[in-house]
Amino acid sequence: MRKFIIRTHNLTKEYDGEAILKKVDLGLERGRIHAIVGPSGVGKSVLLRLLNLLEEPTSGEIYFDEKALKENNRLELQRRMTLVFQKPVLFNTSVYENIAYGLKVRRENRRRVSRKVRKALRVVGLRGYEHKRARNLSGGEKQRVAIARAMVLEPEILFLDEPTSDLDPRNVAIIEELIKYINEKFKTTIVIATHNIFQATRLAHEASFLFEGRIIESGRTQEIFTDPKDRRILKFIEGKIIF
Amino acid sequence: MDYILTGLKEAFRLLLTFDRETYTIILLSLRISGTAVLLASCLGIPLGALVGLHKFPGRGVITTILNTCFALPTVVVGLFVYLLLSRQGPLGMLGLLYTPGAMITAQTILATPIIGALSLVAVRSVDPAITKSAISLGATGIQTTLTVLREAKVAILAALIAGFGRVITEIGAAMIVGGNIRGVTRVMSTAIALETGKGSFSLALALGIILLLIAFLVNAGLYYLPRIRE
Repeated sequence: MRKFIIRTHNLTKEYDGEAILKKVDLGLERGRIHAIVGPSGVGKSVLLRLLNLLEEPTSGEIYFDEKALKENNRLELQRRMTLVFQKPVLFNTSVYENIAYGLKVRRENRRRVSRKVRKALRVVGLRGYEHKRARNLSGGEKQRVAIARAMVLEPEILFLDEPTSDLDPRNVAIIEELIKYINEKFKTTIVIATHNIFQATRLAHEASFLFEGRIIESGRTQEIFTDPKDRRILKFIEGKIIF
Repeated sequence: MDYILTGLKEAFRLLLTFDRETYTIILLSLRISGTAVLLASCLGIPLGALVGLHKFPGRGVITTILNTCFALPTVVVGLFVYLLLSRQGPLGMLGLLYTPGAMITAQTILATPIIGALSLVAVRSVDPAITKSAISLGATGIQTTLTVLREAKVAILAALIAGFGRVITEIGAAMIVGGNIRGVTRVMSTAIALETGKGSFSLALALGIILLLIAFLVNAGLYYLPRIRE
């Protein structure tokens, strides 16, 4: 049996009695980039929030390293992973303080924090931005700050929710390079939610196609999008499913 | 019209000549109201954050009580504290009646619901994604709450200003539990009432102008301090 860093079983989420996710079974391998692909509004963001423990499932189980959620210390688990939101949510303070946030709440010493933040700023191409107000940056710069803020934590699992949906091609390229860099450098397991099959193909080793709250196919990204077994994926590729 | 001009002149004379009694009254007012706002912040801000950020049974009731207490009549609070601190009252053994301590107690009761209710509104106005983001970055419950409070700091400051404005100008409670004793519990609002009663309108007006000036300076200081720091 394959061992997964995260596995879900019958994961279901309802809002006001309406099921957004329906009995989702998913296995994510350690150190790989996994894309959750599907049209907008099928529950990709909800799935990421459940996996990041930001919301409680209505029913079903999430296993981390094959241990059920209740067998884990929630805060310790939370600190092994982080989520970058579709619209970067930055605190109303400087770029430096934003990136240092996760390190400071972990009570890392000041010198280490400073070293890590400066290194992250260099990697995301924002050297010299330390003292700028984070909320005054452009969309692409904000998303790079959000990724730097996640990267300094060197998380085991990084969730990215449509991280390039509102960005210009240059920022898309920069962020995709960053995602690959984080995966290769820190061996971080990355789960990226996207409606862009080209992006999924460029980045992800594996992909799962989510449609109307259900995973309808999972496998190697190339195989899923070149030779899909489910007709709905083919329709999506051909642009016949409107989103 | 003469009263107003004379009052203005008198206000500046009292301030510029460092009139001892005037400054005693001003400093006592600031000490009592400042301490009351500090204590009310310690109670009101955590209460507002708790009710604003967490879902629990009775949350709606607490919100309604806070909003109702917003309009607490000062004389009612004065009477309540008087009964508590009077010799036969449950806290009579503390000997606080007609002391600044009694006035601080009454003003804390007046300011807490204002600061609490406005803090509640302040934390609720922060984008919920901020909370999720903080948790996702590994913050504990307390760290997340502090982050949200930091995001709401301008609105929280407005809550402190409103609380301070309420207590520095109130007279009912100060008169009942303080007794307007010269040099001990005489604050600006009670001094104005006394001077008006005596027919010394110029002095009353002068104290009124000073009260306004101080309220303005404190508010301006509180408002601009975070901006300067930023």
